[in-house]
Amino acid sequence: MFFLLACTLLISFPVRAQVTSERLLHANDEPQNWLTYSGSYASQRYSLLNQIDTSNVKNLELKWVFQAQSLQKFETTPLVVDGIMYLTQSPNDIVAVDARTGRAFWVYHYAPSPAARPCCGIVNRGVAILGDTLFMATVDAHLVAVDAKSGHAIWNAKLAEPAAGYAMTMAPLVVKDKVIVGVAGGEFGVRGFISAFDAETGKQAWRFDTIPSPDQPGHESWRGGDWQHGGGAVWVTGSYDPELNLTYWGTGNPGPDWNAAQRPGDNLYSDSVLALDPDTGKLKWYFQFSPHDPYDYDSVQIPVLVNANWKGAPSKLMMWGNRNGFFYVLDRTNGKFLSGHPFVKVNWASGLDANGRPITTPQPPGQPTFPGIQGGTNWYSPSYSPRTGLFYLPAWENYSTIFTGVETEFHEGQRYTGGANTAPIPGAENPVGARQGPVNVYTEALGSGAVIAIDPATGEKKWKFDMHDVNTGGILTTASDLLFAGGREGFFQALDARTGALLWKANLGGEIVAGPMTYRVDGKQYITIASGNSLFTFALRE
Amino acid sequence: MERVWNDSVKQSFRSLHKIGSREAALSPDREFPYPAFAFSPGRCIFTAKSRNYVCPDTEYCLNRGLFVKLCRMFQRALLPCAIACGIFAIWGDAGKARGQDRAPVYYPADIKYGAQIFASQCTACHGENGDLIPGVNFRAGQFKRVISDNDLRMTITNGVPGTAMQPFNFGASELTGIVSYLRNMSSFDTRNLLSGDKARGQVLFQGAGKCATCHALNGKGPRVAPDLGDIGSLRTADLLHRTLLDPAGAMLPVSRSVHAVTRDGKTINGRRLNEDTYSVQLIDEQEHLVSLTKSDLREYAVVKTTSMPSYKDKLSDQELADLEAYLLSLKGVK
Repeated sequence: MFFLLACTLLISFPVRAQVTSERLLHANDEPQNWLTYSGSYASQRYSLLNQIDTSNVKNLELKWVFQAQSLQKFETTPLVVDGIMYLTQSPNDIVAVDARTGRAFWVYHYAPSPAARPCCGIVNRGVAILGDTLFMATVDAHLVAVDAKSGHAIWNAKLAEPAAGYAMTMAPLVVKDKVIVGVAGGEFGVRGFISAFDAETGKQAWRFDTIPSPDQPGHESWRGGDWQHGGGAVWVTGSYDPELNLTYWGTGNPGPDWNAAQRPGDNLYSDSVLALDPDTGKLKWYFQFSPHDPYDYDSVQIPVLVNANWKGAPSKLMMWGNRNGFFYVLDRTNGKFLSGHPFVKVNWASGLDANGRPITTPQPPGQPTFPGIQGGTNWYSPSYSPRTGLFYLPAWENYSTIFTGVETEFHEGQRYTGGANTAPIPGAENPVGARQGPVNVYTEALGSGAVIAIDPATGEKKWKFDMHDVNTGGILTTASDLLFAGGREGFFQALDARTGALLWKANLGGEIVAGPMTYRVDGKQYITIASGNSLFTFALRE
Repeated sequence: MERVWNDSVKQSFRSLHKIGSREAALSPDREFPYPAFAFSPGRCIFTAKSRNYVCPDTEYCLNRGLFVKLCRMFQRALLPCAIACGIFAIWGDAGKARGQDRAPVYYPADIKYGAQIFASQCTACHGENGDLIPGVNFRAGQFKRVISDNDLRMTITNGVPGTAMQPFNFGASELTGIVSYLRNMSSFDTRNLLSGDKARGQVLFQGAGKCATCHALNGKGPRVAPDLGDIGSLRTADLLHRTLLDPAGAMLPVSRSVHAVTRDGKTINGRRLNEDTYSVQLIDEQEHLVSLTKSDLREYAVVKTTSMPSYKDKLSDQELADLEAYLLSLKGVK
C-alpha cells in the first residue's frame, strides 16, 4: 500500500527542476542559485542579488559554520541549487548541506590513491552539476560522477597516472552534455591536457594536449624531446561563450619551471589561454602571455568574459589579470591582443609590444625579479561588475624572487622544477611556506596584498585596498555595488565596489584561499566563504 | 629503533586501513575497540580532528609529509604508550579466548560467505582442510603467528613477507567472512553449503524480489531507499541476511522513515538522512532533500516500521542465498 502511495505521489508531483544545460546557460536569471564555480559561464563572479547593500552590510552576522574534517587548505567554492549547498573538503569529499543552516544531508567520500602527489596541497576547489549529477575531479586524477540526491557514485573515470605527478584540483566545467577538466602537475614535468567526458556515461569525448607533439601545430616552439615533459598544466576552471561556442582555459608553466635554458623556444601552449570548441576539443585560437617563461608565471587564471564597448564599438572581450603582473584585454572572438598594462611592479619586461608579446628585461643573476614566484596574482578568482565597469583583482604587491636555473634531469613522478627560488632578503622565508600559523612572518618587507580595481579601457587603477599580508582569496561583487574579499590574514571584508571603502569586516581566524559566493533561500541573501578549515555563511541580522 | 617502529606501524596501518572501514563501524557485533587501535599513533592523531568514522585513507595520509612529521613528533610520546598498551593487552588477554577483549561472535551467514571465499582463494595452498602448510592447521586452531582475529585480518591483508603467503586485497565484509569461517572450520559442514548464484540473484533483485522498486544501483533507480551499489563493501554477509529476514530490526537507525507535519499543516514523509537537536534532514517521497526545523513542526515521529518487506517466507533458502551472493558482489563504481 505504502509503495502504491509513494508511486502515486511520485507521479502526481513534478520533481523539482533538474539543472539542465539550459539553466546553466542562463545562470544569471536565477541569482538565488550559484550553479557553476565562477557563478556563470562568463566567470565574472558577479551576482544580481542586492538585499545586502552598502547601507546595511554592517548588519551582517554569522549564520552558520561548516567545519571541514581536514587540516588541508580549504579552497572550495560551493554550489547552491534550490536551497541545497554542495561543497568539497579535502581530500575528495562532497558534502551536501542545507544552505540555510549548514546541516548535512550526506557526505560522499572518495579515497584517492596514495600515489597522488599534488605540488601544493591536497586541495579541491569544488564540483560542477548537470541534471541531478555532481562532478568532482580528484587529487589522484580521476573524474567522478555522484548522484546529487543520494551522494552515491555513478561513474569514475581515470584520466592519468597519479604516480607520474598528474593530479586534479579544479572544479569541472559542464558545457552542454560534457564535463570538461584539466590536469595539474606542472612541477613534475607532466604533459598537460584538457579533456571532456560524456556526463551520462563517463566516456572520454575528446582530449586536447596543451603541449603539441611533433605532428601538431605549435610543436616548432620546442627543441627535440623537451615537449614530452613540457608542463602546461591546467588547474582552474575555464569559461564558456555560448554564442561563439568556445570554451577558454588558462595553461600553466613550461617544465622545468625555472631553467628556461633547458627548453629553448616559446614552449607553446604553456602560459597561454586556449579557445577550444567544446564539442570537439579543436583549438580555435590561442594567446601566449609569457613565452619561454623562466618564472613559473602560470596563466592559470579565470578567463573573465565581458561584453562591452571597446574604442566605441560593442565588443566581445576577455579580461585577464595574469600572474606575470600584466592585466590584459583580448578580443575573445579571435584572441587578438587589445591592451596590456602592469598592475603591480614588474621588472622582467619593460612592456608589451603591439601583439602583446612581452619586451623582456631579464634581471642579472642574484637580483630580484618582480613579481616573484607566486606572481602579481595567482589562481584566485577576480571579479567584474557590469554596473561599475571595473575589473577587480586580488594582488601581491612589491613582491619579488631571486630565480636560479639549474640543469635538471627528468624522472617521472619526481619534482622537475630546474633550480631554486629564494626571497630577496637573506635568510627570509620563502613566501610559499612562510605563513604556517597566526603570526605573520611574511611581512611587508617581502610584499603585501591588495584588492585592485582596474578600469579595463585604460588599465588604470581606480582604487586600491591595501592588505598588510598577501591576498590569496577570490573576489565577489554584487548588483548592490558590494565587493567581498579576504586574504591570508583571515579577515573577510566588504568594500564599496565604486570607491574601495571598507564597509564591514570579520576576523575568521584562518587563511582565506577560496572565492566568496552568494545565494538566496526563502527570500534571504547569504554570503559564504571558506577560511582556515571552516566554511562561514553570513546574512543580515533579523 | 625508529625504522623498526615505523615499519611495524606502517604494517599495522595497512591492515587497519582494511579492517577499520565503515563496515566495521557499522557492525554492532564486531569486537571493539580493536586492541590494535590502542597501539596506533595514527588513530590518536586522527581523533584529534578526524572523521567521525574511521579514517579510510590512513594509508594515504601515511605517505604525506605532514603525517610523517606528526608521526615523528608523537613517536617519542607514544612509544612508551604503545609498549604499555601492549603489556596491558597481553595481561588483559590472559584467560580470554584467542586474545580478544571479549569472546567474538560469528554468524552463520558470515561463515558461509567465508567458506566460499576460502574455497576459491585459499585452498590452493592451505588445502580444503586448511592443513597443507606445515605448522598451520585451521581446523585445529593451529597458527604460526596469529592469536587474535585482528592478527588473522592483518596476516591476510599484509601477507607474510618471505613466504608464499601473499597480501590479499579483501574488503571488510570478505575479511569478516574468512575470519568467521577459519574460526569455525572444525564445526562448519561445507557439504551442506547452499552456495548462492549472483546471476540468479540479480534476476531476483530486478524481478520477483522487487528490490529495484525502491533501491537504486550506483545512481540508477529510485531513491526511496538507500542506493545498494556498494552494499557488498558496506555490510557483512550476516547483516545482509538479517536485513532480508527482518528489515525493520536490522536497518540502520539513521535510515528510518520520519513523519512530520508543519505548523501550517503540510505533511512530510521521508527517509531520515541526519538529525540533530533542532533539525532533521531527509529525502522525501518526491526525492527532494528537505531540512526541517523542529520548532516549525506540529508533529514529528520516527517510524520504527519499514516499507521493506521481510523475505523470510517470500523467498526460498536457495533464492535468499542467490540474492545475498548478488548483494555481496556489489562493490560500487571503480
